[in-house]
Amino acid sequence: MAASVARPRLDHEFVIYSTPRNKLKERPNCLVRARVRGREDEWTGLMRSAMAGDDAAYHRLLKAITPVLRAAARRGLARAGQPPDQAEDIVQEILLAVHLKRHTWDSEAPFAPWLFAIGRNKLIDTLRRRGKRVFVNIDDFAEALPGEVPQETASAGEVAAQLGTLPQRQRDVLQSIAVEAASIKDTAAKLSMSEGAVRVALHRGLAALTAKLRDH
Amino acid sequence: MDTDQLIRSLAADNANRAPRVGAVLTMALLVAAPFSILFFATFLGVRADVMSAMHNPFFDMKFAVTLSLAIPAIIISLHLSRPEALLRGWAWLLLLPVGLLAVAIGSEAMMAPAMPMTMRLMGRNSRVCLVAIPAMSLPLLAGALFGLRHGAPSSPALAGALAGLVSAGLAATLYASHCTDDSPLFVATWYTLATALVTAIGALVGSKVLRY
Repeated sequence: MAASVARPRLDHEFVIYSTPRNKLKERPNCLVRARVRGREDEWTGLMRSAMAGDDAAYHRLLKAITPVLRAAARRGLARAGQPPDQAEDIVQEILLAVHLKRHTWDSEAPFAPWLFAIGRNKLIDTLRRRGKRVFVNIDDFAEALPGEVPQETASAGEVAAQLGTLPQRQRDVLQSIAVEAASIKDTAAKLSMSEGAVRVALHRGLAALTAKLRDH
Repeated sequence: MDTDQLIRSLAADNANRAPRVGAVLTMALLVAAPFSILFFATFLGVRADVMSAMHNPFFDMKFAVTLSLAIPAIIISLHLSRPEALLRGWAWLLLLPVGLLAVAIGSEAMMAPAMPMTMRLMGRNSRVCLVAIPAMSLPLLAGALFGLRHGAPSSPALAGALAGLVSAGLAATLYASHCTDDSPLFVATWYTLATALVTAIGALVGSKVLRY
């Protein structure tokens, strides 16, 4: 009888259970910090290449930061007592802001502090919109490691919803490039537009999407 | 749209290069300036005795004060247009006009007073000053806010307040060439009040329009 009564879980159990890791004498904090620093130096290099016109480096960078942003967004939501299912919306808003504000990054400065500042800003914005009292730990972003979260690419509701409100042209171009993975050239041929017009529609679509997400 | 698809569309847009915030802010202020200058030329104009006034150090001091507000405010607002930037370490620049004014008030106090203190403080143009500086600030404020929208400030209200200081500093520079009240006491009182009003408007509007 007594065995069926579950032992109450206490908050400090986490502390108790995490101690064996520290007994490995590997100084895990130092290892984590070194790992984080190496990763951030790599980001800075990728971003420099991206700004110099290397689209593949830019794609790699965005892919590399996404799991870190996702882990941090989840951690921040959990801290605010929110369900983690909005994390992907926040990740997408951060990515859009990174893209549209990348000219404010100083190529002489490290990339990570710039990125995490945008991340915090978007997390705070989301929590405020939901009327939550905001307390964002600065380290939510700086310390996030991608291993904490399964590597799924969840789809987010808000970008998809706002996509539907864009003008037809911009929607078609985004659909073609994002969803069908067509190149700008192929998109231009398919929609009988010039490549320049496709580029303009793509950029305007992304900017409009960002504005709608911010103001809705 | 899932996140991988969004990333693909962002990477495809990498060729789109935006100009730096400083370039956009400069252009926006240059576009706005003619409106303020037009207001100045229509309603105010340079004071009649400007040639003799230029020999008065307190006349020149007004420009030193207003420009020592406008230029640091531009520098700080550009700094704050970066998302990770903090005001810490930069705010002291805003003490430059305050320090200049304090020095000017001190040196005027040491001279034989031409007018009683209350007259120097109240001047003849206090009401014009309180209307003209905000009025000439408004086009510049709109320009500054437009320029800073191109940035990504972590605190929109603070960035908006800086835009207010930029525009008030520039408008006050124009106004200083019209106003015949040269006493630093007058400047410290009425220019400051007008600047505070514009700064408050900037912070209020900025908190709405400078979110990114």
